Amino acid sequence: MTTKKGIEVSIAASIAAQLARVEVVAAYPITPQTHIVEHLSELVANGELEAVYINVESEHSAMSACCGASAAGARTFTSTSAQGLELMHEILFIASGMRLPIVMATVNRALSSPLSIWGDHSDIMAARDTGWIMLFCENGQEVVDSIIMAFKIAENRNVLLPVMVNLDGFSLSHVIEPIEFPSQKDVDSFLPPYKPLYSLHPDKPVTMGAYAMPELYTEAKYAQETALINSKKVIIDVMAEFGERFGRHYKPVETYNTENADFAFICLGSINENISTAIDELKSNGKEAGLIKLRLFRPFPKDELLAVLKDKKRIAIVERAMPGGAANSPLYNEIASLIYANKLHITLENYIVGLGGRDVHPEDFIDVFDMKIAAKKDNNNYNVIGVRE
Amino acid sequence: MRLKGLELYTEHPEAEFAVSGHRACQGCAEILGLRMALKVFGKDTIMAMATGCMEIISTPLPTTTWTIPWIHIAFENAAAVASGIESAIRILQEKKKIERKDIHVIAVAGDGGTSDIGLQALSGALERGHKFTYICLDNEAYMNTGIQRSSSTPYGAMTTTSPPGKKSIGQSTWKKNMPKIAAAHNIPYVATACPSYPFDLFAKIKKARTVNDPSYIHMLSVCPTGWRIPPDLAIEYGKLAVRTGVFPLYEVEDGRYRITYSPEPLRPVADYIKGQGRFRHLKEEDIALIQNRTTAEWEELKYLCGLR
Repeated sequence: MTTKKGIEVSIAASIAAQLARVEVVAAYPITPQTHIVEHLSELVANGELEAVYINVESEHSAMSACCGASAAGARTFTSTSAQGLELMHEILFIASGMRLPIVMATVNRALSSPLSIWGDHSDIMAARDTGWIMLFCENGQEVVDSIIMAFKIAENRNVLLPVMVNLDGFSLSHVIEPIEFPSQKDVDSFLPPYKPLYSLHPDKPVTMGAYAMPELYTEAKYAQETALINSKKVIIDVMAEFGERFGRHYKPVETYNTENADFAFICLGSINENISTAIDELKSNGKEAGLIKLRLFRPFPKDELLAVLKDKKRIAIVERAMPGGAANSPLYNEIASLIYANKLHITLENYIVGLGGRDVHPEDFIDVFDMKIAAKKDNNNYNVIGVRE
Repeated sequence: MRLKGLELYTEHPEAEFAVSGHRACQGCAEILGLRMALKVFGKDTIMAMATGCMEIISTPLPTTTWTIPWIHIAFENAAAVASGIESAIRILQEKKKIERKDIHVIAVAGDGGTSDIGLQALSGALERGHKFTYICLDNEAYMNTGIQRSSSTPYGAMTTTSPPGKKSIGQSTWKKNMPKIAAAHNIPYVATACPSYPFDLFAKIKKARTVNDPSYIHMLSVCPTGWRIPPDLAIEYGKLAVRTGVFPLYEVEDGRYRITYSPEPLRPVADYIKGQGRFRHLKEEDIALIQNRTTAEWEELKYLCGLR
C-alpha cells in the first residue's frame, strides 16, 4: 500500500527519474529547473541512484551528451527550461531524427526578451515541432506518473522517440503537493531495463547519424513522422497499463464536465486547475462549461479531440504564448485546422493568459464564459487577458 | 634528428578501420591521418565525429567508411557527444549490463569544429576529465563548405571569406594556438602530429590511447583542394610545414613540453609558402613578417621545452 507524501513537485520529478533507474543524466542549471537536477545530482552523490551525472557546460552540450549516452544504450534523462530549451533546439531535432529514447522534463518558462524566469509556454511552443512526443501535466502526480510512463513509451521498439514531459515553471515545479510514489518493485515490473535495438559498441559496430541525399531524406523524414503518428497507440496502451497497475488513469485528451456543456475551454498544463475551479463556480450558478485538457500534445491527438469537440458550439482556446505574428496562438491554429478539415461549425475564441508568470484567476475564465471579455473583432482574433495597452 | 621516447613504431600497423570507397578529394591528407590514427586506436574504439569533411566524405546513407562504431550528431558538439558515450559505457559496465573491457572513445572534428564553434564543448569535456581522445584534424579552413577562414587559418592565407584585396592581405589574424589551449586544461597528454611523419603519429596516438584522462591530438591535415597545391604534394607540404617550423611536432605530457622531431636548422618559411596558391598574393615583406613570427614561435616552443 502506497501513501501520499507532501513534496515539492521538482523533487518528486527527480524521484520519478530515480524510480525509472536512469543511467546517465546530463544537465545544465537554469531556473526554474534547478531543483530537479540538484536533487538528481544529490541522489547520485549519495549512491542512491546508480548513474553518471554529467555537469555539462551548456544545454547544447546537455542534449548532445544525452544523444551520445542514449546511442550507447543508457537510459538517459535531462531537464531544462526556456533559454536552455532554445539552446538545445538544434539537437532536439537530431535526438528525434536519430530515434533516441531520451526523456526530458521541460519546466516551462517565458523566453527573453525581456528576461523573465517565470512560467509560460513560449519555450515549448517554439520547440513544438521538433519531433518529440510531448506530454503536459496539470499537477505533481501527473509529473511523476508521466516521467515513468515516458520511458516506457520512448523505449518501445515501435516508437523509439524522445519524450518531453512539460510542467509549468514555479506554479507547478515549486509547489508542494501530496504525491503518491509507486514502489521501486512495481516500477521495475512496469518498466524493465532498456534494451536498445542498436547501440554504439565495438562488438557490433554501427554507423549512426549518416547524412541523406535528396533521394533518401524525404523517406527518412516520412518514416520518422509515421513513427511519431503511430506512437499514439503505444501511448494509449502505456497509459492504460499504468492505470491497471497503479490505479491512476490517463488519456491523451481528458475532459471535465464536457458532457453537460455546449461550451468548453481547451488548455495545456497547470492552468487547467484554475479553469476547473471556474467551472465549479459556474455550475453552482446554474451555468455549464466544460474543459478539454490536452495531456498529449505531440503527436496531436486529433481523433480524441474531435470526439469531444464535435457537439460543441463554442470553444475558448486558452494559451500561455504569444502568436509571434501568426494568425493566432499555436494551439488555436491547430484546433482551427482540425475543425475546418472536419467541417465542424464551432465558434472559436483565442485567449492569451499567464505570460511571464502573470497570475491567472478563475474569475478570468468566468468572465470569458459570460462573454465579459469579448473576443476581438479586429485583425487580432486573440485577446490578451488583463493586458494594459 | 629523432628524439627519445617515441620509437614505438617502425612499420605501419596492418589493421584498417577506414575502408576504401570514401569520397575524399585526391591527395587528402586528412583521411590519411585519421586512417593512421585508427590503426593504433584499434577495434575497441567508438568514434564521435563532428560535421565536416570527414563526416561528409564517409557516410552518405546507406553507406559507411567506418568499421568501428561511429556517430555524428552535429557540428559543435563532438566532445559533448563523446562525454555522453564515455559516461554511458562506464555506467553500463559498472551495472554489468555490458561486458567490462577497455573501450576507448574518440571525438574527431576539424579546425572549425574545434577552435571555433566546438571550443566550448571541448573545454567542458576536457575540464570534466572524461577518458577520451579528442583529435582536431586541422586543414586550416572550413574546407567542407568551400574554403572559408577559421581561427586556425594562417596569417595571409586566401580563403573565400578572407580574400586578399586592396584593403586586405587575406587572413588578417594569426593562427589560434589550439594545442596550447588544450594543454591549459592540465590534461595528461597533448600532442601535435602530421601524417607526413607516420611513426611519430602512431606513437602519439598510442600514448593518447593509454592515458586514463582526456588527451588531445592536433593533426595538421594538408588540404590540396583548399591550399591550392597539386594533390601529389600533400605529404611533401606536411614535411615542409614541420621543417620550416610552421607546424612543429611536439607533445605536452603531464605539463612537460617536448619537441618530438627537431627540424633544426629550420628551412625558410618561403619554401613552404611559395608553392601554395592560397599564399600566392603575398609580397616578400609579408613573407618576412611570417618568417619572424615563425622563428619567434619556434624559439618560444624551445623555451617551453627547456631547450634554451
